[in-house]
This record gives sequence, structure tokens and C-alpha cells, in this order.
Amino acid sequence: MKNQTVKLAAIGLAMAGLAQTANADTLRLLTWGGYAPEDVVALFEEETGHTVEVTKSNNEEMIAKLRATGGGGFDLAQPSQDRITGPQLEFGIYKPIDVSKIDQGQFIQSMLGATMANTTVEGEVYGVPHVWGTSGLVMDTKAAGDIVKDYTDLCDPAVAGKVSYRLKRPTLIGFAFAMGMDPFAAYSDADAYGEVMSKVEAKLIECKSNVKTYWGGGDELMGLVRSGEVVASMAWDTGGWKLNADNPDITFVAPASGALGWIDTFVLPAKGQSDNAAYAWINFVMRPEIAAKITAAAGNFTASQGADAYAEDALKARYQASFPPEAVDNIKWYPPVPAGLEAIEGGVLDRVKAAQ
Amino acid sequence: MQSGTRLGFYLLLTPLVLWLALLIVIPHIDMFLVSLRERVGVRQYETSFANYLTFFTEPLYIWTFVRTAVMSVLATIITLLIAFPVSLYIAKIARGRLGQVLFVLCLIPFYVSELVRTFGWMILLRETGLVSNLLQWAGLADQPVEMLYNDAAIMIGLVYTSMLFMVVPLVTTLESLDDSVIEAGYDLGGNGFSVLREIIIPHAAPGIVSGSIVVFMLSLGNYLTPTILGGKDSLWFTEMIYNQFIVRFNWELGAAFGFMLLILSSLIVWGMLKLTRQSLEETMG
Repeated sequence: MKNQTVKLAAIGLAMAGLAQTANADTLRLLTWGGYAPEDVVALFEEETGHTVEVTKSNNEEMIAKLRATGGGGFDLAQPSQDRITGPQLEFGIYKPIDVSKIDQGQFIQSMLGATMANTTVEGEVYGVPHVWGTSGLVMDTKAAGDIVKDYTDLCDPAVAGKVSYRLKRPTLIGFAFAMGMDPFAAYSDADAYGEVMSKVEAKLIECKSNVKTYWGGGDELMGLVRSGEVVASMAWDTGGWKLNADNPDITFVAPASGALGWIDTFVLPAKGQSDNAAYAWINFVMRPEIAAKITAAAGNFTASQGADAYAEDALKARYQASFPPEAVDNIKWYPPVPAGLEAIEGGVLDRVKAAQ
Repeated sequence: MQSGTRLGFYLLLTPLVLWLALLIVIPHIDMFLVSLRERVGVRQYETSFANYLTFFTEPLYIWTFVRTAVMSVLATIITLLIAFPVSLYIAKIARGRLGQVLFVLCLIPFYVSELVRTFGWMILLRETGLVSNLLQWAGLADQPVEMLYNDAAIMIGLVYTSMLFMVVPLVTTLESLDDSVIEAGYDLGGNGFSVLREIIIPHAAPGIVSGSIVVFMLSLGNYLTPTILGGKDSLWFTEMIYNQFIVRFNWELGAAFGFMLLILSSLIVWGMLKLTRQSLEETMG
């Protein structure tokens, strides 16, 4: 009798194990550094039985990777909200999100609504928000605080040879705003946008001799600012806040013409194979206490409602110092980039790089 | 030929054919087809040579290519000038164990990845780096010196990266030179210079040519070193190809650039062989 029970229990256990493996998927996540910290991955795997494979990347590489496979190879990706409709129209690399499978109550409603509206193609929603932040100026306030108030002040002779920025599209947009133009208003008109960009091009070429180097990655910039070789640079807010922890003089400053706001999203690649695991991951990381862990790792706040309560006080203090209320209102959020604008910007960036 | 040997021949040939077809010929055909597409609208493409036309009509792209090619040739020459005495010493003067030790010393930097090697140069050359501090300590400079982010830094990186690929073929060819030939040269009244010019260099020519081709191609196709060490002036053709593919989503133009790189670099190598009156057959033995 007893033997029988053991056998039954063994079979039961084995079946439970089988059921477990049948439900457990591998989630191939294409994301940014810091968005899937190891402790969060471990908690998720323990709770759901899914395994997570994390690939770190950036906007352009994410889109290039998905384009190369026609939207395969990954189950969940995290491009910025302005880079979804263009590539979707052009390459068809994403599939619509079934918003009913997402716990919408966990999101900050205004951000969710804005992201869904910005990522809608032909009536289907393709993205929901995850992490947001801004780019502006990271500077040593003692050395450059009085001189550099806006992007164009990076060209001031007083800081010659001690400034840096990326040679990428945020720099073009930031300089356009600082020069009193509105590049976002010109998005829909390729000729008008080309005109805005040619003015920015002239400014950047004129400014080139002031620049120490164009930084490429976050770590490179950190090294430049930490060593004091660069006193002011266009950069992400988190970069400034991380350096602020080591050296109180260095911090992130919202430029006079407004910081540029971005939102990184969740999208489903067109040939993703485990949507269930993807939805499970989205709902899991948007829980306030989990979102707070991601904020601690990435340094940026998330679109999770109520996660602020769990965030570190030091980070909150840095955020408030960089963003007085009027600076928050002045944030310029990126609208969706229409397909084809990259070609105009590409020509400008190439010519600036080649200028002597 | 007997059927057994013939079977063996084909079996041995298969990996090579597969390698060439799957990894080189087919991707190139595909890339060529991509380069002939012109984007006329969202998801609309036409077949045309517009991308190649862009390369020839935009002076920036041609200028970048010329700059890349000239700097690669320069890097090859500098590498040869440094590597030749080193190889001669290893092959002819330091024999046996010492020669082996020196050879391994040339090899050691290649145990770490190219990225780490390049970062090593960044640590040395940057404004707050080792060389700058050393100069200030020695009183040769009164303020930090920036040696990074210019063409000289790129050149240092390229030469350092390709040194081994010049030393190996040179040592091999120089070792095959019989000492008695050199001795005979001196016996017949030659001095150091004329022996070098009349005997050693002609004998080493195949090694020089094959080493130079490899170094030139490696420099021309290098992406990491120019981008990291060159900073704001690091205009390199491979970087342009990367930008077109990854940053601009413009595969069509990127593919055309890739093809131009292939054609132009082959032409340069061919021209160099003609100029130095070497043939590929001799070089490859």
C-alpha cells in the first residue's frame, strides 16, 4: 500500500514537472544596459519558471538586428518610443501588442496613453512605456556652471578643448532647439527639416575646434568627465547623477532651451516566439517594488505607478536638484521619427565629422 | 587518376568549396543585389546605380576613402620599417632560444583582444595618462599634454596592431636565406648596405610583399582602432559603412560602400604588385 502511494506521488511530481516545462519559455530580451538587472531576472525566473536571456544594445542596433532577421531572434525589445512607427512602416519588424494582457493599472496613466498614441500604426498599438529620462548637459558646475547654460554654450571659447558631445541625432535636435528653432515641428516636412539641419550643421562645424572628442559610449564619457579632461558635455541625466555620487561638483543640468525627453518602451518583435513570457515580464517589471530595483540599476525612473516611493532618497534629491518644476514642464519629448529622416541627419553628421 | 584518389580529392575540396560559396560568394552576391536597390518611398525600391552614383558625386565619401587608403599605406610602410630589423635580428642574429623568446615577445600582445590593446593605448596617451604625467614629471611639459584623438594616435594603434602580421612572414623568409650566401657577399667585397640591398631584400621580397598585403588590408578594414583613438577626426571608411548599415538604416548605400571598398582595395594591391614587379604566384610560393 505504502509503496503504491510513493509511486503515485512520484508520478504526480513527474507530471507537475512536465507541466512546468511545458509552460516555461525562454524569453530572449533585447534591451539596454541596466534594464534587466540580475536580481530582477532571478526573481522573475523563480516566480514564473521562464528563463531570460538578456542581450544589451542601443536603439539603432536593436532596429538593425531585428531588420536583419525580419523581426526574429528576440521575443521582447526595448527601443525608444519615437523609433517604433518609422521602422514598423518601413521594415515591419514588430507585431501589435495585445493591451488586454497588460496590467494597465500599474502604469502612470499619462505616460501610457502618450506612448500608446505615439506607437500606433494603422490602428494597432505597438509599444508600452518602461523607462524614461532626459538628455541635457552634464558638467562640472565649478568649472563651467557660469558659462554653459545651453547646448550652444558648449561652443564658448572659455571652455575650448574641454567639452564633448555625441555625434548623433540627439545632438542635432538639442542644438536646433538651442538655436531657437523647432525641429519637431519640421518633422513632417523633409525640406523644412533639411533647412533646420543645415543651420545646425554650420554651427557644429564652427564648434568642432572647441570639442575634445565626440564620445561614443557612456563609459567613455564617464572617464572623460571624471578625469576632468572634459568639464561640460551633452549627455544623459543618469550619467550626471552617477558622477554626482563621487564628486558633488558634477551633475546634470537641464539646458535653458529644455532637456530632451525619451521613453524606452516594450515592443514585440514580429517573429517573437514566446509572447506569454514577454507579457509576464512586462507585468512583472512594472510592479512598483521591481521597477524600483530597475531604477536603482539603470539610474532612470520608470513608468511604473508608485515606484517612486521605493526609490533611493539620494537619487530623488539629485533629480529634484536637476529638475525644478519649470524645467520639467520644459522637457521636449521626442515625437515619432518619420521614415527617411535618418538619411538627412546622416548626411549632416558625416559632413560634420569630415570637416577640418 | 584512380577513383580512390579522386574521391579523396573531392572530399578534401568540399570544405573549401563550401567555405567559399557559403561565406564569401553568396553573401557578396546578396550584398551586390542590395547595393543596386534604390529607396524611392516607404517599402518601395527600384533597381538602379544610384548608390554608386552617390559615392562618386559626394566628395566627402571619396575623400574619406582616399584618406583611409593613404593612411593604410603609410601604416604598412611604417610597420615594414620597424618590423624588418626586428625580423632580421630574430632570424639571423639571435639564434636558438633567444630568437624564440623574442618571437614569443612579439606574439604576447596578441593574447589579449584588440579592444583591450587599444584601451591600453588610451590609458597611455590621454591627457591625464601615463606619458603626459611622465613628461610633466621630467619637466619637459608644464601642463598636461593631449596625445589622443589625432591621426598620429591612429597610426600608432594601427602599426602596433599589425606588427605581428609583418614579423611572421619576414622571419620565415629570412630564415630560409642561407648564411653562406651573405658570407659570399661580404667575401666579394660587399659592405653591409650592398649586401642588404643586393641579397637580403631580394630574398625577403615575397615575405615583404605578403606581409604588406596583409597589413594593408587589416588597416584598411580596421574599425576599432581609428574610431577609438581618432576621436573627432577619425574619419575611416569602415566607420562610414557601419554608420550606413546600423545608424542610418541605409543598407543600400552601405552595401555599395562595401563593394567599392572591395574593388578599390583589390585595385590598390594589384597596382602595388605591378609597381614592385612582384607577382602573386611568387609571393604565395
